[in-house]
Amino acid sequence: MVVAAYLDHAASTPVRPTAVEAMLPFLREHHGNPSGSHASARRARAALDDARDVVAEVVGDVSPGDVVFTAGGTEADNLAVLGLHDRRGGTIVAAAAEHHAVLDPVLARDGCLVGVGADGAVDLDALAATLDRLDDVSLVSVMLVNNEVGAVSPIPAVADVVREHAPGAVVHTDAVQAPMWLDLRTHAEGADLVSLSAHKLGGPKGVGALVVRSGASGALAPRTLGGGQERGRRGGTQNVAGIVAFAEALRATDDERATAVPRLRAQRDRLVDGLRAAVPGLVETGVTSGPDGAPDAAVRARRAAGIAHVCIPGISSESLLFLLDEQGICASAAASCSSGALEVSHVLAAMGVAPAHAAGSLRLSLGWCSTPADVDAALAAIPPAVERLRALEGAG
Amino acid sequence: MRVLVAMSGGVDSSVAAALLAEQGHDVVGVTLKLWGGASDSGCCSVSDVDDARRVADRLGIDHHVFAFADEFTAHVVEPYVAAHAAGRTPNPCIECNRHLKFDRLLRRAVALGFDAVATGHHARIVERPDGTRRLARGADVDKDQSYVLHMLDQAALARTLLPIGSMTKDEVRARAARLGLGTAAKPDSQDVCFITRGGRGAFLGERIPLRPGRVVDTSGAEVGRVDAVELVTIGQRRGLALAGAPAPRYALEVDVAAGTVVVGDVDELRGDETVLEEVAWADGPVRGAVLAQGSAHGRALPAIVEERPEPEPAPEPVAASVPAPRKGALVGRGRAVVRWSEPRRRIAPGQTVVLYDGDEVVGGGIAR
Repeated sequence: MVVAAYLDHAASTPVRPTAVEAMLPFLREHHGNPSGSHASARRARAALDDARDVVAEVVGDVSPGDVVFTAGGTEADNLAVLGLHDRRGGTIVAAAAEHHAVLDPVLARDGCLVGVGADGAVDLDALAATLDRLDDVSLVSVMLVNNEVGAVSPIPAVADVVREHAPGAVVHTDAVQAPMWLDLRTHAEGADLVSLSAHKLGGPKGVGALVVRSGASGALAPRTLGGGQERGRRGGTQNVAGIVAFAEALRATDDERATAVPRLRAQRDRLVDGLRAAVPGLVETGVTSGPDGAPDAAVRARRAAGIAHVCIPGISSESLLFLLDEQGICASAAASCSSGALEVSHVLAAMGVAPAHAAGSLRLSLGWCSTPADVDAALAAIPPAVERLRALEGAG
Repeated sequence: MRVLVAMSGGVDSSVAAALLAEQGHDVVGVTLKLWGGASDSGCCSVSDVDDARRVADRLGIDHHVFAFADEFTAHVVEPYVAAHAAGRTPNPCIECNRHLKFDRLLRRAVALGFDAVATGHHARIVERPDGTRRLARGADVDKDQSYVLHMLDQAALARTLLPIGSMTKDEVRARAARLGLGTAAKPDSQDVCFITRGGRGAFLGERIPLRPGRVVDTSGAEVGRVDAVELVTIGQRRGLALAGAPAPRYALEVDVAAGTVVVGDVDELRGDETVLEEVAWADGPVRGAVLAQGSAHGRALPAIVEERPEPEPAPEPVAASVPAPRKGALVGRGRAVVRWSEPRRRIAPGQTVVLYDGDEVVGGGIAR
């Protein structure tokens, strides 16, 4: 299978060559256990400390010792939600469009969900009303960039609402999709807990971090007990090579953001505008149109620069993805469940997207190595595929 | 030929895929996710999908999952529940074939550029001298599944492959073992796939009110009680709380509205005709002598079939090229009366009677 265009960076990215290079010495030579005392162990320990410095610097407003490395974004989210609830109890409040890595632990602790607007960002008025109604809120979790549709929620404003309406509560943001597109130093400001994942920004799978700012100090019970690693917050020998690669990828992402965002935004806009022009009935999810049918530029500009999400009435996502896959175009629709079948998207439902539109959803997500040729391939393949499916299959 | 193989994760469809790949077809496997969440232990479970995926990996073919849960609910589960609520005895496997495998999936397959859909059913497709096709019984008479596929019309038959139809189940298992497929010794699937825990009564009880009822004899005298009239099937003998009755008694009628089950002896259960509705014909209505089969694994009995006088649209002429499948094309619209050569136990309303000419299916419909 030849991949002609990889447009699924929001699912997982290729690992940056510099990240691969950075991790190899820790697989080959410096294989010591970072908790040990000999030279090889000390070398691994130093690499972990360097990586902690990078994460703390990119996230901002945290000391390196409060970066807790995990085995990915889901574990970071689980540690934030369940770890806090284990220690503090109370009611957890989250936005309805959160990733399942937040949603499922929140619901497992009988938490409370707050709606999102038609653009997919959290509804701040609804959040304030919910916090007023409840008197024991211990945690508020709102994702920075939505993984399906690219909606950006204003975390500093969320934090302000929480300080005013539930002063004792901790603020968590799942920022797994964010570092490519947004500077966390400003966009995650006010969050006490920040979840990150390496493989969404050019690092390997199975590595992430939960950043614990001072507001959440002492608020988490560990979910994994063992050797007391990560200052007792996450037992288990660290994935040194993966963490080193994660830090390298995060550093590169942060360095390149100022040039990558405008470049990828232009490609994303060309992609969506091209699809809007070529596919009758296509709706750009969460972006309103003016009276002339043109997209509202200000609304689009507020979204993550590299994520294009559209709904195509009259087809099913599964069929469209199948035809694109045959042409080597990797894309996705809603989140996949463990069997590989597509689930109905809770994100689109929360945004008020009609089921008939959600059935034909398509996400095309760009990343650090995307090229104009990827967009060209998608623009060439999608309109005829949609036309074929509308003629031969229909939506139901 | 480009073939989409429906792979359930069982041994039959595993071997079907293997045979097609061996024959040099361009084969892609698909598992349908029809029902249940990710942790469901019954049909379409994650482990069945995994089994199918592992077989596909072993055969070196692509494997996909299609989620048709909404269609399955609308066309199979909801009608199943509604039929029971009306005191009928539906066959959901037949409706799944009619609406899901050979309609929804077939239409998708054609849209995705496939020439045919293949399944692991034990039945064959035979071509007749005039170019028409018929579904015929599988080589393994004990495993024959032509009954549940009877609704296939000419367009569907032209786009369907049944690669294991000329093999016995033992041959299928032996072939799977020889190919090293992990599904070789997997047990056959049983009963209604979407009812996995607690049985039929619990499944229906969560969806419709189950009402206790009176069991009466043909004179109207109460002879017993049942917990749920909706769960009683015509012809049923057990579970009617008739212990101590002088002779076996059977359910003759179920009246859900009145909450009564009428019972009688075996002679009262017998009838000499069955009226069929929603009859689907293989290639146009058939009259005269047939063999008629009233259950999935029952014996086919001699009968005379007569068309009902209701008007019936003329069958479409056989086209030179294979037409694209149409949504709902396999929903039968004919009516017919089956006159049995000798009186037999009544077919429960909702059950299907399939009509054969020798080993070949000529049509089938649902007992009124």
